[in-house]
Amino acid sequence: MWRKIRIVLATVFFIGITLLFLDFSGVIHQWLGWMAKIQALPALLALNVGIVVGLIVLTLLFGRLYCSIICPLGVFQDIFNHFGSKGKKRRARFSFKKENKWLRYPILVIFVVLMVAGLNSIAIIIAPYSAYGRIASNLFAPIYQGVNNFLAFCAERYDSYAFYTKDVWIKSIPTFIIAIVTFIVVGLLSYKGGRTWCNNICPVGTILGFFSRFAAFRPVINVDKCNGCTLCAKKCKASCINPAEHSIDYSRCVMCMDCFENCAQKAYEWKFMWGKERIENHCESHDNKRRQFLATAGALTLAATVKAQGKKVDGGLAKIVDKKVPHRDTPVIPAGAASVKHFAQHCTGCQLCVQSCPNDVLRPSNKFDTFLQPEMSFEKGYCRPECNECSTVCPAGAIRPITIEDKSATHIGHAVWIRNNCIVISHQDSCAHCARHCPTSAITMVPLTNDAGEAMVSKRTGVALTIPTVNEEKCIGCGKCENLCPAAPFSAIYVEGHLIHSVK
Amino acid sequence: MSREMKRREFLKIVGISTAATAAVAACTSKKGILSNESGSSEPQGDMTYREAPDGSPVSLLGYGMMRLPMLVGDGTNQEINQDMVNQEVDYAIAHGINYFDSSPAYVQGKSEQSLSIALSKYDRSQYNVATKLSNFSDRTKEGSIKMYKDSFVNLGVDVIDFYLLHGIGSIADFEGRFHENGMVEYLMNEKSLGHIRNLGFSIHSDKETFDYMMGIHDSGEAHWDFVQIQMNYVDWNHASEHGFRSVAASYMYDELVRRGIRIVIMEPLLGGSLASVNEHIDYELKRREPEQSVASWAFRFCGTQEGIMTVLSGMTYMEHLIDNTKTFSPLKPLSKEELDLLEKIATQYVKYNLIPCTGCSYCMPCPYGLDIPAIFAHYNKCINEGNMVEDPEDDDYKRARRAFLIGYDRSVPKLRQASHCVHCRECVSHCPQHIGIPGQMTMIDNYVEALKRNK
Repeated sequence: MWRKIRIVLATVFFIGITLLFLDFSGVIHQWLGWMAKIQALPALLALNVGIVVGLIVLTLLFGRLYCSIICPLGVFQDIFNHFGSKGKKRRARFSFKKENKWLRYPILVIFVVLMVAGLNSIAIIIAPYSAYGRIASNLFAPIYQGVNNFLAFCAERYDSYAFYTKDVWIKSIPTFIIAIVTFIVVGLLSYKGGRTWCNNICPVGTILGFFSRFAAFRPVINVDKCNGCTLCAKKCKASCINPAEHSIDYSRCVMCMDCFENCAQKAYEWKFMWGKERIENHCESHDNKRRQFLATAGALTLAATVKAQGKKVDGGLAKIVDKKVPHRDTPVIPAGAASVKHFAQHCTGCQLCVQSCPNDVLRPSNKFDTFLQPEMSFEKGYCRPECNECSTVCPAGAIRPITIEDKSATHIGHAVWIRNNCIVISHQDSCAHCARHCPTSAITMVPLTNDAGEAMVSKRTGVALTIPTVNEEKCIGCGKCENLCPAAPFSAIYVEGHLIHSVK
Repeated sequence: MSREMKRREFLKIVGISTAATAAVAACTSKKGILSNESGSSEPQGDMTYREAPDGSPVSLLGYGMMRLPMLVGDGTNQEINQDMVNQEVDYAIAHGINYFDSSPAYVQGKSEQSLSIALSKYDRSQYNVATKLSNFSDRTKEGSIKMYKDSFVNLGVDVIDFYLLHGIGSIADFEGRFHENGMVEYLMNEKSLGHIRNLGFSIHSDKETFDYMMGIHDSGEAHWDFVQIQMNYVDWNHASEHGFRSVAASYMYDELVRRGIRIVIMEPLLGGSLASVNEHIDYELKRREPEQSVASWAFRFCGTQEGIMTVLSGMTYMEHLIDNTKTFSPLKPLSKEELDLLEKIATQYVKYNLIPCTGCSYCMPCPYGLDIPAIFAHYNKCINEGNMVEDPEDDDYKRARRAFLIGYDRSVPKLRQASHCVHCRECVSHCPQHIGIPGQMTMIDNYVEALKRNK
């Protein structure tokens, strides 16, 4: 019964969190957003004291229920483990193993050191919730969107607006590769060895394992009932049951409660054991498995530069040159992130904001020091002033909730004009497209003069040429000018981020 | 996409009308037993003909070769679906259509050749070809003569039956492209040599320009055998209310009839917008003629005027062709009461503030990649379907907002939408309807922005 309750709850959480990463309409988040906010590392980074204390108390009461129910990567592993247990030989494929203290704790220490040192981007690769987020957003979401796009295709044929097409695109190749590697490694580990990941690598598992040693209510083996068949140990995916000593390593037990059902003698019972640590033997040497993740730099897509088509009077569409991401000295990050430093220290790279951005502005960074953490670029859209979606979904407090009013007054960057890209200079033609579209009227067009100080005119139309100037005090860095600039592949005006966001 | 939409609308209409006709025909002939063997897509009688200046018969329905069926492509480089064109031309000739109107400018310059291929198996006496001097980009005499000569090669003919000075937009336009460079004189000479049977012009302009052209005729400097004008039941009296720089078709009609000049009609459907009208107008028409398409009214309106030689229709799809052939075989003139009804509808129509884009694509390709006709078509479609809302407090706001925005992304790719218009004004001089395209683009973009801002 206990096991069934666990499975039902785990299913609810797993589906809920997965839906958070799949949904792009923003509707599911209103109902299930809390599921991301109760995740351990995001709550810790968000300094969400209530949730952190709540999780510790939960673990102190019932052990690592978190790992079997709330953590999506834990449930993800259980699914693989389930398939790994198919077949007669594989059904009872585990055996008791000693705790890998020399792997577990060093990894935790390195993780903490990296986080404190501000190298979050490396550390978060093994953070469980965000690792799952990357898998869901990079691997599951495209499938979901593909199905949606098929439905939209059908809906279009029936003149229905029930579904609309969503662009499916790889936002960052390194992140995509990390997601695939995580999927394969974690999947294989759990297929073969159950909860190997959780009890050797996962920093959250190690921390919770520390508390769960002292949990108030724990499963214990009633020695009187046990007939020594060792089936429980052979089926324990955490390999934490020592049948010889009738003991359980509670720091590694993820409270799946499978043992309750696996024991034909019903030897498993709940026991109130507040504060007592189990007796355990010290481990001998054990093969240290090391897992490495390689992030290979992605290939560059080369957009073909195509000459403007000759005027044929009637019909046809001009080819559009795809935009490329410009180099930015400072990344542009969403309003609510407060500063680049705050953001880098709090973001777990779970991709929830990337997935929920309706304007296709956010994508994970490929840079070393902000790896996997989102940043903005404006090839597909711009950060619409009336949207605060990312700030509402962020579970880690990296993007703090921000009202629309505050957002439209927050300066996250400023536009910079690149003289040589501008069609006013390169084509000697009038434009002013950026100035016309700037939502804060931060761009003013001024006359273009030649070296002699004479006003220049368009060769085609004879109109006086003007060039854009940016009022940095007014510019909020929304990227609309960069997005709409007719120059391609590189816009003639782009946004440079601010290290610290200001509200004026 | 918008063409697809129109096609579907049409299929619906054709489907409804054919089914209904089938039912009626079967009921009368076979004691009420329903059957589908009545061959309802075949017209009831023969094509109506009018006379060319030399007395030869011209079918009242003319085939416009501006919007040909295309093979599915990526939009930037499309090929004509020649099999379909052949099939359609076969049907047209078999049903008595003998006037085919092309131009070197149509379908990115591929229209004349495509028509020539489709007509190659027919005897020259079975059809008239019309083509134009579309010297928009090169107005020199040499360039213009080359364009004229090329048409003979592309069409594969020795004589052009109807030759037009293409799309006169203003007096200056006529002077620059045809008069000052001596092309009028040249073409008059070509006519006397027998290379051209009939010389005329097509016009999209104001009264002043039209009168100027009539003055040229009256003075004897040129002789216009025919003139191609934009006419439909909205432009008949209300051209100036919904269009830009235009003159009432009824005025031009009277002036031309008075001079005995033949009249060719273009835009009888106002770029297709009179085929898919507002629900209210649709009801008014269907109530009276449940089995006839909405488009048939617009064609019958043009045909009813006795002075019209032929009514051009750019029939992209077979369904259009079948439906229009039925309308003109034979033409059933409108009664006084029906004409009054159309006049009433026209009065309502101009109130909807539709953008008078006919989808001719002369403005294209836009150097910045916009799909100008598709943007206007979506905007007009939303007006027709009642999806225009201003006030977020409206009960209907949410639904209309969704329909407009989702439909916008469906019919126009994001990078080709109105927000990318940089006001280079390259298109402005090309628009025969004199639409201030950049201004309209800003207007539409502002509307889209307002919708996006106010959820």
